[in-house]
Amino acid sequence: MLGFFEKLGDNALYYINQAGRMGIFLLLSLVSIFRPPFKLSPVIKQIYVIGALSIFVIIFTGAFTGMVLGLQLYHTLSKFGAVGALGSAVSLSLIRELGPVLSALMVTGRAGSAICAEVGIMRISEQVDALECMAIDPHKYIMAPKFLAGIISLPLLTAVFDVVGIFGGYLVGVKLLGADESSYFAGMYKDVEFEDVYMGIIKSLCFGLLLTWICTAKGYYVHMQRGGGFGAEGVSSATTNAVVLASVTILVFDYFLTSVLL
Amino acid sequence: MKKITIETGVGIFIVCGLLSLAYLSVKLGDVNLFGSQQYPLTARFANVSGLKVGARVEIAGVTVGKVSNIHLNDYEAQVELLIEPDVKLQEDSIASIRTQGIIGDKYVKIKTGGLQEYINPGGEILETESSIELEELVSKYIFEKEKP
Amino acid sequence: MNTKTIIQLIDVFKSFGSQQVLKGVNLPIAEGKTTVIVGGSGQGKSLIIKHILGLMKPDSGKVLFDSREINKVSKKELMEIRMNFGVLFQNAALFDSMTVFDNVALPLRERTKKSEEEIMNIVHEKLSMMDLEGSDDKYPAQLSGGMRKRAGLARALVLNPKIIFFDEPTTGLDAAKSNEIYRVFFKTQAQLKYTSVIVSHDVPKILKLADYVALLHGGVVQGCLTPEEFQLSDNPLVKEYVETTMGSLYSSEMEEGI
Repeated sequence: MLGFFEKLGDNALYYINQAGRMGIFLLLSLVSIFRPPFKLSPVIKQIYVIGALSIFVIIFTGAFTGMVLGLQLYHTLSKFGAVGALGSAVSLSLIRELGPVLSALMVTGRAGSAICAEVGIMRISEQVDALECMAIDPHKYIMAPKFLAGIISLPLLTAVFDVVGIFGGYLVGVKLLGADESSYFAGMYKDVEFEDVYMGIIKSLCFGLLLTWICTAKGYYVHMQRGGGFGAEGVSSATTNAVVLASVTILVFDYFLTSVLL
Repeated sequence: MKKITIETGVGIFIVCGLLSLAYLSVKLGDVNLFGSQQYPLTARFANVSGLKVGARVEIAGVTVGKVSNIHLNDYEAQVELLIEPDVKLQEDSIASIRTQGIIGDKYVKIKTGGLQEYINPGGEILETESSIELEELVSKYIFEKEKP
Repeated sequence: MNTKTIIQLIDVFKSFGSQQVLKGVNLPIAEGKTTVIVGGSGQGKSLIIKHILGLMKPDSGKVLFDSREINKVSKKELMEIRMNFGVLFQNAALFDSMTVFDNVALPLRERTKKSEEEIMNIVHEKLSMMDLEGSDDKYPAQLSGGMRKRAGLARALVLNPKIIFFDEPTTGLDAAKSNEIYRVFFKTQAQLKYTSVIVSHDVPKILKLADYVALLHGGVVQGCLTPEEFQLSDNPLVKEYVETTMGSLYSSEMEEGI
């Protein structure tokens, strides 16, 4: 019985510790973004890794998400004789919800895992220590470009996702199933307000920050994780944890953001 | 050589992203980058039940603007409209609130008048007709039938 | 000891969970000399270096650098103090994504305002000191273990620090390669006159480099002695350590003789 309490307390302490550590990590990294010197080339390199390399995945998933939306919504809407609303339905679900969330999840899987592993390896091979010993702040040097790149890339990727998705829905709904072409676009132009686009952008900004934060922090603290954070195994378990935690947090946050922004 | 690829990649990515973002916000989100050229008008109604911000303003079935704001002023509904710059409204135009179909969206219909003077931007459409509520009509019909 | 003590550890305790690793370490490090910390694996030798560098904080006790307490100073001051330090990590800790040149140039680019041209000159000077001319554009993964260590040393030396820490400089290298490291070490120390702290268990050889030897055993430093004193010490723990390690020296020399 006492063992249960000990375990509970131990767990609680561990998670509170971890939360505090990650909070401080976020704060230091964000502050370091605004501290000179500002260098562009590391940010460009990170945008390449996080954004540019993800674009094919985003186009692919965006197209198929839009296509399946076109298919599903066409059948649902045709039951109510409201196929004219297909364009609005597809574009609104993409812009408000699916675009930001799915892009963030794809980027977490593709780039987030890579970031986490990279930082984790830097930690276990003492590169982080080496930076500190050279009096170079690892937050400024490693994290700041990654955070900036995440925050810049995600809205852009989400926008690409949305546009590709809308045309994917058009292909299936209009070209394949024969919904009215003009009402697809006219309905879309009429019903999508700037608030919807704004909501999508805010969401994707938040998700960009969230996923870079979780993935870099998990890698950075790879040596402090439970069950030994050493060697390749430590990095691999940290990466798995980071991807799972980031994905779950994105979905949870999506709910709260939606309820705040609506 | 490798450096060029990174930068080109980022460049292409950013252009694609910004184009998509521009498409979404300008084309779909109706953001007017060059400043709003539509001019404002107000109109007071006794009842605007069901009218929403963003609803269309039509003349002869053609959309010429939208509702930008609705608020209560002196127990009347004050509706602000944004009208396309090339559409001029006569002083004696009548604004009325109509429904598209029986249960469709509410919109503002403007019947143009015959006067030579036009309403200046920021002015008011003086003659208005309020929304017709279906329930009221139905109940009126039923009760009037029962009375005799 | 009539030389100045530049770094001093006083009663440093450190534990991880329930495992107490350092149990009151006292260690003076003399300026301009070479201090070697020896001891079996897992005794926390590297930990001592990490404490001096401010990468870890002691549970209790003090780490003094120039009479400033490293675990109490502000972050900015710590950065300043670290400008005096150069470190050669166990695995050299070169940045994988950068070429050798960029690795060595990094501290100059980040910490000084020198022009690219000056940086290039300094980096090439250090690289040639390490016999690494022509490896500018190679990535760390393309280097052999010994070359990586030398590149790491070039990076540690690039800001001309006062004190250089060597964390197991010869681990994972064969005899020829580790001799190469020692040779470079001798050469650079003669030129640059830095204080060095070496953690090693390459015992008979390392004693030739050392001015002082400290044996870490059971979480406590068993005396900080000159190599001669160390080999003749009466301390049973030192004696035992010398016997086991030196024993292997004699046997291997004998084998080599045959």
